[in-house]
Amino acid sequence: MKIVVCIKQVVTRDWQVRPDEARTWIRDGDAEFEMNEPDAYALEAALRLREAQGGEVIAVSAGPARVAQVLREALARGADRALHVEGDGLARADALVVADALAAAIGPESPDLVLTGLQSDDMGFGQTGVILAERLGVPHATIIMDVQVEGGALRVKRELEGGWFQWLQMPLPALLTIQSGINQLRYATLKGIMAAKKKEIRAVAAPAAQPGQQVVDLRAPEKQKQTRMIDGAPADAARELVRALREDARVVAS
Amino acid sequence: MILVIAEHHGGQVHRASWEAIAAAQALGAPVTVALPGHDAAAIAASLAEAQVAQVLAVEHAALADYTADGYVAALAEIITGLSPSLVLAAHTYQARDFMPRLATRLSRGLVSDCVAITADGDGYRFTRPVFQARLQADVTATGAAPHFATLQAGAVRADTLQKGSAPTTTQAVTVDATGVRQKPDAPFKEAKQAVDLTAAERIVSVGRGIKGPEHLDLVKQLAEALGAEIAASRPICDNGWLPMDRQIGSSGQTVAPKLYLALGISGAIQHVVGMKGARTIVAINKDPEAPIFEIADYGIAGDLFEIVPALIAELKR
Repeated sequence: MKIVVCIKQVVTRDWQVRPDEARTWIRDGDAEFEMNEPDAYALEAALRLREAQGGEVIAVSAGPARVAQVLREALARGADRALHVEGDGLARADALVVADALAAAIGPESPDLVLTGLQSDDMGFGQTGVILAERLGVPHATIIMDVQVEGGALRVKRELEGGWFQWLQMPLPALLTIQSGINQLRYATLKGIMAAKKKEIRAVAAPAAQPGQQVVDLRAPEKQKQTRMIDGAPADAARELVRALREDARVVAS
Repeated sequence: MILVIAEHHGGQVHRASWEAIAAAQALGAPVTVALPGHDAAAIAASLAEAQVAQVLAVEHAALADYTADGYVAALAEIITGLSPSLVLAAHTYQARDFMPRLATRLSRGLVSDCVAITADGDGYRFTRPVFQARLQADVTATGAAPHFATLQAGAVRADTLQKGSAPTTTQAVTVDATGVRQKPDAPFKEAKQAVDLTAAERIVSVGRGIKGPEHLDLVKQLAEALGAEIAASRPICDNGWLPMDRQIGSSGQTVAPKLYLALGISGAIQHVVGMKGARTIVAINKDPEAPIFEIADYGIAGDLFEIVPALIAELKR
């Protein structure tokens, strides 16, 4: 089974994001980056499928030179090879442009299955996988909790809202977006890191693509509430908070 | 004209679809509501209590159960026929499944998870959270109408809906049933939820900031001192540190207690939609810029491992 996993590189969760001068992107000149966490779960699902079914796992990322870091990490965790769609503008591109870039690399590979995380921790479009499925002409399903392959077809468990689930059947090839937390992530071993150095990361040129949307203003969110920040040493802050909850908000018994 | 795509489950219109209709009404253009289904005219009729131009029951046998392929084919035909300026749906799990593909089929982009939409010249200006809600972006859709957007649950109050009465029409569409590749089984619920957090008056909720399961005892002591139930954000339950039925957020329970105390929770949208209705929200987080403080009534920016023991001591005094 040939499985492609799409991986986005995003700024780390702890990075203090600030709008840039133009207020259309963040100041990321000295930012730290990491693998988009939902995509890590998609990678793990792909590796487990390969272990059960045999075959190959190909990691794909679209972005500037720095995204080779997340591809190298995917290779260290066990992916067999990687494709890097190169383009400086891809880090801040919209879901349509990124999906077109990924499709250019993935199409010629004719994979049996394409996996993505359900959304990215930066722009949070939650769309790239679904658009990619349309571009590749394959069926898709989203927010998947369990993937079973039975005789050339897929049986997947989809999460619905409010504690509901649903199984669905689909023919291969197909694309799935994987729900986070469905498996325990593996980390790269020293052996894996050494092996990754010998694995191929092939460069693919980004196609020309039209965006569907553009950011015209990026800013800190407006406060929805008048928040009272309580300062001071822990004991003093705790005393004041308990007093406020008892006497002002009246939500804790005295 | 604005087209709202409504969602239904078990004969009921999805709560968030009413919010999407209210958001469309506020934009001022005539609103058409489309409800895809099979023999769903009765559900479509229930939408007619909204003040809209018309309700369309989009009819085909292949739409009896939701599938992405079926919905995309049927709605692409409807949209091509109606030429709306905006196609709007609530940002539900179902819309996340078909709306990106529908927009792509019609060579358009989709602006997902909007918290506000305003008319802007000939088009619209969309506001959406980005970077885990640490920033907010105003976005415009490129190219000609129709533009596509989904609206975050709770972004518009359903009680702002203008009531009226609208004509309901059934409109048959052509869907090639053999082109519907997803074959769904009936939806099901897993083992009954053991804990009903919706009834709790006070909730102490814990997130990534707790660092490890060995620190949960501290949280339990605080919950006990407050007479509160214990709950968590998704990563805590994913890691198995607390059972899944303690999870608050879009994939867990939605609660509105008197007191919600968030410990080490950053405040990502997926969590916030499950608790923003709480009367009093307290946030304790080491990051003073964590978005949870945007919705908190009281905030302490500091180390929860110092503050929580102090709170327990204070409550026991």
